[in-house]
This record gives sequence, C-alpha cells and structure tokens, in this order.
Amino acid sequence: MSSVVDGTPPPERIQALVAAKKQLPGALLPILHDIQDALGHVPAAAVGLIASELHLSRAEVHGVLSFYHHFRTEPSAPTVLQLCRAEACQAMGANRLWAHACDTLALDASQTAQGGTSADGAITLAPVYCLGLCSTAPALALNEQPHARVDAEQFDRLVAAARSATCR
Amino acid sequence: MPVKIFVPCDSASLALGADAVAAAITAEAALRGLAIDLVRNGSRGMFWLEPLVEVQTPSGRIAYGPVTVHDIASLFDAQFQSGAAHRLRLGLTEEIPYLRQQERLTFSRMGVIAPLALAEFEAHGGFAGLRHALTLAPAEVVQQVLDSGLRGRGGAAFPAGIKWRTVAGAAALQKYIVCNADEGDSGTYSDRMVMEGDPFMLIEGMAIAAVATGATQGTIYIRSEYPHAVATMRKAIDLANAAGFLGNSILGSAHRFHLEVRKAAGAYICGEETAMLESIEGKRGVVRAKPPIPAVQGLFGQPTVINNVITLASVPLILAQGAAYYKNYGVGRSHGTLPLQLTGNILHGGLVEKAFGVTLRQLLFDFGGGSATGRPIKAVQVGGPLGAYVPEALWDVPLDYEAYAAVGATVGHGGLVVHDDTADLSQLARYAMEFCAIESCGKCTPCRIGSTRGVEVIDRITQGNNPASQVRLLRDLCDTMLHGSLCALGGMTPNPVLSALNHYPQDFGLAAPVPEAA
Repeated sequence: MSSVVDGTPPPERIQALVAAKKQLPGALLPILHDIQDALGHVPAAAVGLIASELHLSRAEVHGVLSFYHHFRTEPSAPTVLQLCRAEACQAMGANRLWAHACDTLALDASQTAQGGTSADGAITLAPVYCLGLCSTAPALALNEQPHARVDAEQFDRLVAAARSATCR
Repeated sequence: MPVKIFVPCDSASLALGADAVAAAITAEAALRGLAIDLVRNGSRGMFWLEPLVEVQTPSGRIAYGPVTVHDIASLFDAQFQSGAAHRLRLGLTEEIPYLRQQERLTFSRMGVIAPLALAEFEAHGGFAGLRHALTLAPAEVVQQVLDSGLRGRGGAAFPAGIKWRTVAGAAALQKYIVCNADEGDSGTYSDRMVMEGDPFMLIEGMAIAAVATGATQGTIYIRSEYPHAVATMRKAIDLANAAGFLGNSILGSAHRFHLEVRKAAGAYICGEETAMLESIEGKRGVVRAKPPIPAVQGLFGQPTVINNVITLASVPLILAQGAAYYKNYGVGRSHGTLPLQLTGNILHGGLVEKAFGVTLRQLLFDFGGGSATGRPIKAVQVGGPLGAYVPEALWDVPLDYEAYAAVGATVGHGGLVVHDDTADLSQLARYAMEFCAIESCGKCTPCRIGSTRGVEVIDRITQGNNPASQVRLLRDLCDTMLHGSLCALGGMTPNPVLSALNHYPQDFGLAAPVPEAA
C-alpha cells in the first residue's frame, strides 16, 4: 500500500480505478481507498477527475479527502510505521517509544506531534489511535503488519530491517 | 491420522510472531518426517500466553505458550505433538483457570475453530440460530431479541429489539442493516476478534436481523486500522454467499440479503452512528442531528438497523437457545454477558467474557493478576476514551449499566485500561481533551472549541496559574460540553476529565479534594 510512484501517476490508471467503483452507492471512500492502495497516496490530480466522474464538486471531494486521517495527499516513504498513541499503549510506555521514534528517525520539532518522514526518505512515522492490540501494548503497525510489546530495541531492529529491505 | 496442531492467526498473535512459529513448526515436522495438520485458529484471548500453540490429543486440546521459534525444536524433542511435558506446557486449554472461569456464550467458538472453516462453524452450533429464525414469523424473531434483554454492546446500551421493531414496522422499499465495526476505543478489540476469529457468527447475526426486519442490504463498516479483519470478513462473506447463507435466497427461503464490507478511513467520530452513515454514503463523517433516528431515516434516508459487532454476534445464540437462556445471565437490567477486555498495564491481559455483575476487582486480580509492572494499580479507565477513570474505592461496584451510571462511570464497550501508580492523571485528562480536539467532526461548538480550550485550562491548572478559578472554569466548560454537544464525543469527554480531577486532584497540583460538581 505504500509504494511510491515516480513522477505523475498515469491519469488512465486513476480513471480505471474510478470507473470500476463509480456505480456503487456512496462510492467516494471505496474509490479513494483503491487509489491510495494502488499509488500509495491520493494525488491532487485525482481530485478533479473523481469529482467529474461522480458528479460532485471538487470541494466535496477535497472535503472528504482531507477529513479522514487515513488518506494521504503526498507520497509516503516505502515504509509506513503507525505507532499507537492511545491510552492502553500510553500505560505501557508509548509516549517514551514515540519520543524514541522521533529521535531515531531524526524528525524535526515540527514533526514530533503528527509524525513525518525521515530525512533519508525511508520511513514515514504516523500516530495511530488504537490498533486493537491493547493487551500487548505498546503496539505498532509496519506497512499494516502488527507488532506488539515493542520496546526501543525492537523498534530499532524493525527500522533497520525496513531500511535494508528498501536499499536492496 | 496426522496430529492437529493449532497456531492462532489473530492480529495480536501475529504481532507476537505467530506466523514465524507456524512456519517453524511446519519446517521442523517436515525435517523429522512427521505428518501434522497445522490449523490456524482464532485466539483464545489469553494474550500473555500468545503465541499459544495447541495440540489435539485423545483427552482434549493441550496448550503450550508463549511459544517462540526458538522453542520449536525442544517442543518436538519432548514429543509435544502427543501432549507431553515441556516447560511451556499449560495443560488442557479448557482447564486453564482464566478460560474455565468465564461464561463464554458469544465467544464459545473463539480460538476453537479455524475462522473460515464453514463446516466446523456449523459443527459447533453455527447457523442454528438463523435456521430457527427462518421457521419463525419476522415479528417472532424481533420478540425473541426483545425478550432476551439484549442491549447495544457498542456503548450506548440501547435495547436492540426496540431498534429492530421500529425498522420492521417501517414501510419502505429498501431497508438496511449496518454493523458498526469502527471499534475505535483504546482498550477494546472484541469486535476485531469476532471478525478475525469467528466471522460467520457476525454474518449469521446480520442475516437474522435481515429476516426480522425485511432489510435486504447489509454493510459492515470496519476501521482501516484492522486490515486483517477486513480481509477475513470479505472472505467469509464470499464463502457464505457461495454456500447459500447470503444472497437472493437465504437457505432457499424467500428472504434476500446481500452483505458488503466498507472500509473506514481513520476517523474516530465515524464510530458515532450517524457520522458512520455519512461516511458510508461517501461524505465527511459529520454527525447528524437526531431526530430523525436511523431506524426511521438512516442510510440513504431509509430505515436502518445499526448495531455493534458484539450486539449482532450475540443474536445467533439467542435464536438458537431461546431468549430466556440469554436473559438468565446478568444482573438488574443488564442481561447476558459482556466480553471484557483487560488491557494496558495488566499482567494477564486478555478477553474475559462474563455475565454482568462481575466486579473490577475480580477482573483486575482474579483474572488479570495485577499490573504488568508489578506496581500498585492506580486507576482503571473503563469504557474507552470517553469512559471515567475509576479509583480503587469503586472497584467493588458490579459491572452493570445502571450501577456504573450511578457512580458517574460507563461500561461502554467493555474495555478496561489499567494504569499503575506512575500514571499522571492530569496528563491523561489533558490527553482526553486533546483527543477530542483531534477527532471532533467540527459540527458543534462545545466539542470543536471546548476541547481545545480544555487542554489550555488543564495546562494552566497544572502550571499553578490561578488554579482555583481555572478548576471552576474547567467544570463549567465540562458542563457546557456535556449538555451542549451533539453527540457522545463532546458530551462524554468530560467523563475522563472530571473523574481524573475528582478522584486524583493531587495529580493536578491541588492539595485538598475539590468539591463535587453541581
């Protein structure tokens, strides 16, 4: 889901994804999901196209796209790390783990609240509010794969493995 | 016959390395020339023991756990495949006290069967409720649910049968059943376990709702943070369609029911039923004013039953065993069982299904074994991010919707988040306001603005900046949010904030206990 596509995504590809679901009642979210799953994000260029196909205004499509935390309008790194910041994980040190993650990925101060992408472009850190792994906290998802009882050491191992996988 | 070995495929088990354990068992068995039948079951919900590997023996299933890949060779050396002794051996799974002391009604098959094995599901009582419902008049099905006393397990505790009766009585060309699987509360995962571990049970519950109300279209709205639940549910729907449990004719009857999964997109507010409807319709998840209630004008303006996963999953048993069977569990007006989830700083975290009336103290110590860190437990947040922090003085109150409401707390979706004595309740109260600010849909002012002001006021209190007047201001603000918000997000955020302030004033730098709010 996090593949980065170089340059402009082909409009035909987006067109095809929109066409596949446009007849569904309430098609907008399924279409946005399909585009993000295919391209790693929903590019700005897609907004106008979706709007005209679904007979919506660009403002309506933008409104939905920007409302939901899940959707990204900028490409993410090949590895997306969602670290849970909710209460059950907090009770097991998630705030310390988040600080460690920001340090390790050398995120700047403006990114310590909402996360961001490491300077080398390898890893995007994002907060998530519950992965449903609350009995095995703290938890994270690495490209949607769950990891539980994560400490700083395991976090570093996961990051190192993700980096070496990307560099191959 | 090859010996059956079970390795769970629940997300929490996967998060602890279950896939690698399963692969190692397969490889080791091949190396030793042993024939095994590796089954990926759901989880039993004892997460401190995961990955929990079970072996089928003539005397029952024997459990070993927690198993890592490094234990596999020694397990085979010890002949674990015939249930032999090993330092990880836990004995008969069903006899583990944590499981044996539960009342598993809804979770009776959980961890027992492979989630997508339709024949096994039926062999363990699956679809008996639906088959019985098809022999009844729709009104009789509704009556069964009414008589069972089943109340909404998502948090609001509204009687499920009343919603069903309203939709059944509505005249409309199209009616819907919507399952709310946007389980966003921290400290809860029982919906996730059902969808990953026993998905046909949810399908059965929804099909029964369709038969009872005349709805022909159903939607399960699942949060995007649950990719495994989305995938399993979709496969289960395909299998149920192919086997005739869904589609144009449910089991050859005149009832038609089509079911689909819609994936949410990371907005907590979409767990609120009207925001969820907006989201399914392809819009921003903005709360609708009620009335009209969704049972009258719901999805696309049509009569809609909206129930939480656990509510719908409780229905098959009610239809199979009868309303009285279910109603006899519980206390007062809280009938049946609730899957409680022991989470956060707890030694034995997991899912405990008990009849209403169990106390927090029993759950924390008899089941949970105290905190994970070994330090004293300071506070337990019951019922998710909008639930109160419950201090030790209230741990003997029976878990019952009315008894909890009477002490200013909520049972919610059954999540218990445990904090030890290092927790700073002023910071948790601040987080509650911050979370509300992040997740507010923005439609009503008390929630949208109040939450941000709440963070600021709490900061001033903890900084000692004129705290007495700031505490008054915070109480006043909470009063406005409670009474002036459109939905439970703004309306219930005061629960964690005020319970923290009332029960733990010292964390806010306030010496004496502050007087109760009016």
